[in-house]
Amino acid sequence: MSELFYNAAPNATRIAAPIPTQREYPDQKPQHVYLFGTCVVDLFYPEAGMDSIRLLEREGITVHFPQGQSCCGQPAYTSGYTDEAREVARAQLALFRQDWPLVVVSGSCAGMIRHHYSELFKNEPATLLQIEALAARTYELAEFLLNVCKVGLKDRGAPTKVALHTSCSARREMNTHLHGRALLAQLEAVQRVDHDHESECCGFGGTFSVRMPDISGAMVADKTRALQESGAAQVVTADCGCLMNINGALEKQNATLRGQHLASFIWQRTGDRT
Amino acid sequence: MTQMTRIPVLELPTPSFKTRARQALNDEQLRRNFRVAMDSLMTKRLAIMSDPDERERLREMGNHIRARALSKLPDLLEKLEANLTRNGIQVHWAETVDEANAIVQSIAEAHKAKHLIKGKSMVSEEMNMNHVLEKQGIECLESDMGEYIIQLAGQKPSHIIMPAIHMNAAQVASLFSDTLGTEYTTDVDELIQTGRHVLRQKFFEADIGISGVNFAVAETGTLLLVENEGNGRMSTSVPPVHIAVTGIEKVVENLRDVVPLLSLLTRSALGQPITTYVNMISSPRKSHELDGPQEVHLVLLDNGRSQAFADGELRQTLNCIRCGACMNHCPVYTRIGGHAYGTVYPGPIGKIISPHLLGLENTPDHPSASSLCGACGEVCPVKIPIPSVLRRLREENVKPPEATPHLLRGQGSKYSSRERLAWKSWRKLYTSPTLYKSFTYIATRLRNVTPRNVGPWSKHHAAPKPASRSLHELAREHLGEDKA
Repeated sequence: MSELFYNAAPNATRIAAPIPTQREYPDQKPQHVYLFGTCVVDLFYPEAGMDSIRLLEREGITVHFPQGQSCCGQPAYTSGYTDEAREVARAQLALFRQDWPLVVVSGSCAGMIRHHYSELFKNEPATLLQIEALAARTYELAEFLLNVCKVGLKDRGAPTKVALHTSCSARREMNTHLHGRALLAQLEAVQRVDHDHESECCGFGGTFSVRMPDISGAMVADKTRALQESGAAQVVTADCGCLMNINGALEKQNATLRGQHLASFIWQRTGDRT
Repeated sequence: MTQMTRIPVLELPTPSFKTRARQALNDEQLRRNFRVAMDSLMTKRLAIMSDPDERERLREMGNHIRARALSKLPDLLEKLEANLTRNGIQVHWAETVDEANAIVQSIAEAHKAKHLIKGKSMVSEEMNMNHVLEKQGIECLESDMGEYIIQLAGQKPSHIIMPAIHMNAAQVASLFSDTLGTEYTTDVDELIQTGRHVLRQKFFEADIGISGVNFAVAETGTLLLVENEGNGRMSTSVPPVHIAVTGIEKVVENLRDVVPLLSLLTRSALGQPITTYVNMISSPRKSHELDGPQEVHLVLLDNGRSQAFADGELRQTLNCIRCGACMNHCPVYTRIGGHAYGTVYPGPIGKIISPHLLGLENTPDHPSASSLCGACGEVCPVKIPIPSVLRRLREENVKPPEATPHLLRGQGSKYSSRERLAWKSWRKLYTSPTLYKSFTYIATRLRNVTPRNVGPWSKHHAAPKPASRSLHELAREHLGEDKA
């Protein structure tokens, strides 16, 4: 079949990226990591960030949290305000100078740094080199715990059923659904239940949720119904935009079900409670 | 019965995309119809493309073939014209839909044609051909079953492959019994037989057959047309004249290129390994032949496509082979259906092609009507990065209208100095650690007095409440001031 590629697109701009190969992970755990907390976690779910730090520290890793960090720039980027997004992204770049892995607490923000910063800085060759190096060492938390730390979780919690929700962009760009599932599978007393149309978007989409509230609302209504019908006692997710969307909708519906960040869920079941 | 068979279509044109979307969302019948249909299409596609490696290889190949064709588009179009002409097919160029309609009309007039029969063609929908010809006293009858149904109902297609997908069998049953006077039945086979019976006669009476084109092959001067009902073959072979209409981007270099594209098209669209009919039209009837049209025409339509072609990123929009997989997998399309978009092409591909066809000023909300979930890009057989193109269109949409270079018609149709100022302030806040620190300090300390009503968000959500202390504070306490 390769003969079909004869003379393939010599002048065409923007041919699709080659089929991604499985990401390669370092053999050894690093001594140090940077943590990127993300803007939503910072203000609304700081415990998810702290539990991430605790999980990493338990692996013997020194966690660094540069205080100058704020946001990956995604809200402006997806809204079409590219210049604003670039400047906010640039402000983060300067903070992660050491060659340590950058662990991100939220999947879509990790995807932003790994896959979209190069588009933001496409006209700045010097910055682009820096971006490529940063992207190569950027990990979503669950991915990092699973594939770099190779954690073995000891479940101390009571038997429970959970549903896992994965952000769409993170699922498609980072395979986070597989990482989340693998971590949950290590927890002996936790049964992960599927929910209807599991891979479908929860309707958040950043500013989409306020620009198109009716469509977004219909999507989150379907998502929360599926989660409630799944029989799960709680929802876990490694993406805080989705968490804010799903929990906000559940609260508005006066439902009892709630979502929790995967890091907090794991820490609560496996951590040394003091 | 009346309630059950109510046709859930929206009155067009209603004021705005958002209003139409809201109406569609409130129509439970419509939502059920789309959900059931789209679920089935997704399942079929996955079943026939079950090997992910093979699927990805094929998509990659499809992307390369389309990108190569577009990279030499002007050349290929010239070659196509030369080879079609050599084969006896007459080629016409139309920059606008008005020009295209005028060409079809002049051919019809030359043959004193009063009855046209059409296979399925989305480009003819772009041209609004049926209505334009009708005004000139020329009847243009749809012969694709789905198109026939919606023509009877006085509607527009709600999907590019399955134009009547918004209706269920009961709705079609009552439409047929109301308009054709046949006995009410919800038996799908019987309904189709009713339609086929009516159409059969029409094929023999038609003066001209109209069709679309799936691939126009430059090297051989061949027009390739796929279909499942046989109406395409009838429309292009029974009437004495055949007019094919298509967009300039449908050209491919050679027949070898068609093989993978065809595999991708039928699998992505309906989960079929191949369609029931694959028509390859290479000339009018030759002197020694007994059937086929005596004249074949091809109308090549631009209608804004060259605007997309001019930009390397937006050009990828023209990779599209019109399989409809992006709509089948779109959580927005599934919920609002095709009519809410108010454009000929709905769904994700509609959101990125319509701004070129109609101008951003006429599609201002289309680029924003996506959560950028990526489902469309994931299934696109020719790997159009639809989410990235949508994001790019958003950027063009919020630019000041007078900013240069002016790449798109209707640039800046969502420009708002207030929103621009808001994002500027956002940038200030998120690039200044000092400001940001004060902001989070205040937000967390005032968490109990943050507003409960936060605009559109509050329609479906409780307002998020800031934590009592930010992660910055907690981390600083736990880790100390970071020096690294």
